[in-house]
Amino acid sequence: MTASTGRADGILRRLPFRPSWETLGLPVVVLGMTAMFAVLAPNFLAVSNAANVARQFAVLGIIGAVQTVVIISGGIDLSVGSVLAVSNVLMAMGLAQGDIPLGLALALGAGLAFGLTNGVLIGMTRLPPFIVTLGMLSIARGFALTITDGVPIFGLPSSGFSWIGQGYLGPIPAPVLFAIGAFIVIQILLTRTRFGTATYAIGGNEQAAVLAGIAVSRVKVAIYVLSGLGAALGGIILTARVNSGQPLLGEGLELQSVATVVIGGTYLFGGRGRLVGTLFGVMFVGILQNGLNLLGISTFVQQIVIGVSIIAAVLLTVWRDRS
Amino acid sequence: MTIEMQVPALAPTPAGPPLAELRNIYVAFGGVHAVEDVTVDLHAGEVVGLVGGNGAGKSTLIRVLSGAHTADSGEVLINGQRVEIRNPRDAKALGIETIYQTLALADNIDAAGNVFLGRELQSRLGSLDDAAMESATRNVMGRLNPRFRNFKTPVKSLSGGQRQSVAIARAVHFNAKILIMDEPTAALGPAETAQVRELVMQLKAEGIGIFLISHDIHDVYDLSDRISVMLQGKLVGTVRKERVTKDEVLAMIIMGKQPGDVTQSDLEELHG
Repeated sequence: MTASTGRADGILRRLPFRPSWETLGLPVVVLGMTAMFAVLAPNFLAVSNAANVARQFAVLGIIGAVQTVVIISGGIDLSVGSVLAVSNVLMAMGLAQGDIPLGLALALGAGLAFGLTNGVLIGMTRLPPFIVTLGMLSIARGFALTITDGVPIFGLPSSGFSWIGQGYLGPIPAPVLFAIGAFIVIQILLTRTRFGTATYAIGGNEQAAVLAGIAVSRVKVAIYVLSGLGAALGGIILTARVNSGQPLLGEGLELQSVATVVIGGTYLFGGRGRLVGTLFGVMFVGILQNGLNLLGISTFVQQIVIGVSIIAAVLLTVWRDRS
Repeated sequence: MTIEMQVPALAPTPAGPPLAELRNIYVAFGGVHAVEDVTVDLHAGEVVGLVGGNGAGKSTLIRVLSGAHTADSGEVLINGQRVEIRNPRDAKALGIETIYQTLALADNIDAAGNVFLGRELQSRLGSLDDAAMESATRNVMGRLNPRFRNFKTPVKSLSGGQRQSVAIARAVHFNAKILIMDEPTAALGPAETAQVRELVMQLKAEGIGIFLISHDIHDVYDLSDRISVMLQGKLVGTVRKERVTKDEVLAMIIMGKQPGDVTQSDLEELHG
């Protein structure tokens, strides 16, 4: 992720990295945390623990990556957790019938359909993204519950499919491979394509983007479709990992993903931000939770710590922008 | 506009179809006529000043040509051909570039990014060609504003004149045939204003047709070949500049009077 500057950032663009919150501040914090837990918690540095943490947070990484694109465009997608659940139960239904391609098609189709609906409503009407995706959060969750009757789908026949969630390539857990792939694709989209420039422009000054001749509505549709597909990919991976269909899966994921994005220094109201920040934001949340777990600190306290981190990170970026 | 035929100061139409013509344009906002039956035209290598007070409808009229608004009725003709302009993209495809009063720049993006916004250069694989865009931007800037240096900072941090340069560079680079400048010097200091004036003359010499919009006749009088005056959504008239005085245009802007009808007491009132 070197030279991963967004087009929004100008100075020293050609250096391998530029000192900023995303490329220096946050990585230092993550490293410091790692060092602290390594000293305090004996098992923290074990390879198996690191692999576990990475696997556990791979899906949050994928969702955080697509959420970054949405937020840079000045939007927000609150429906990702619910859409993930729909894709999860549809994938499980396909697996239950022994039909992996059917499951994949249904799961990805659901992500596409929900994303497209979000995108069309946001792009073609003046409805704010917060409202549309808040509604979709409820609609998709209701969908997942309705098609399963609220009952989790267990007893899936074993197949090679479970590698997606449980397998390894060498020491790297399969979900992490998917997350790496998602980050690379989205990094290229954001920094190397017209779509990325349009995303930054819409988040920075939507009116200017319209007058510059950018097809703003179409770009917005594409952004929310990307988000829906990211959620579907997350749902598919989690189906393999938990080997079941859980209509309540992914609750709270929308806010967790927003947290990783803003901890990563992306401006919540659009126009500025970089994917590399989200990468470290996910690492921050993952390492913090795991370290506190190993130290036997309760999840209740962890929530407090994460909440404080969100506020502190945004404070830091606000101070940075003032200086 | 039957008056046009009676008053000698009003401009005769030059030969050949105009580069651009807005014909019988109506635009209404919720029952209020912002533009009512207005016809203006523009020839190659010509500067037409479009003037009127605040709310006269000049910006709204011209936004029909730049694709930012659609007219409720009326026609847009380019080289005598009727065209449909539904959005800014359609306008740009016809060689119509607009420099908006607000400049319409994406503040968070650098100069090259703004010049090519929506029309980025791509390599064969569809990836952005940053190097080509930057060098093209340096080229066009070399022509417009040789002292411009801040190619890599978001344009938010630039001065008014530099931002103006970026907005103009965007129009010039894409070989505009028709250039619309909405209050181009409103946010500029004297030196920068002089620079923009020079540039207008240069672009005119290159055969570009320019609509220059302003609420202040002093801004556009020197530069214009013809002046179209609007008042309360209607066209007062179009005059050749050399046949009218600034005062006569002022009387058109403020009182809606035709050049020949201006009396001494009107002039005194204007200057009172």
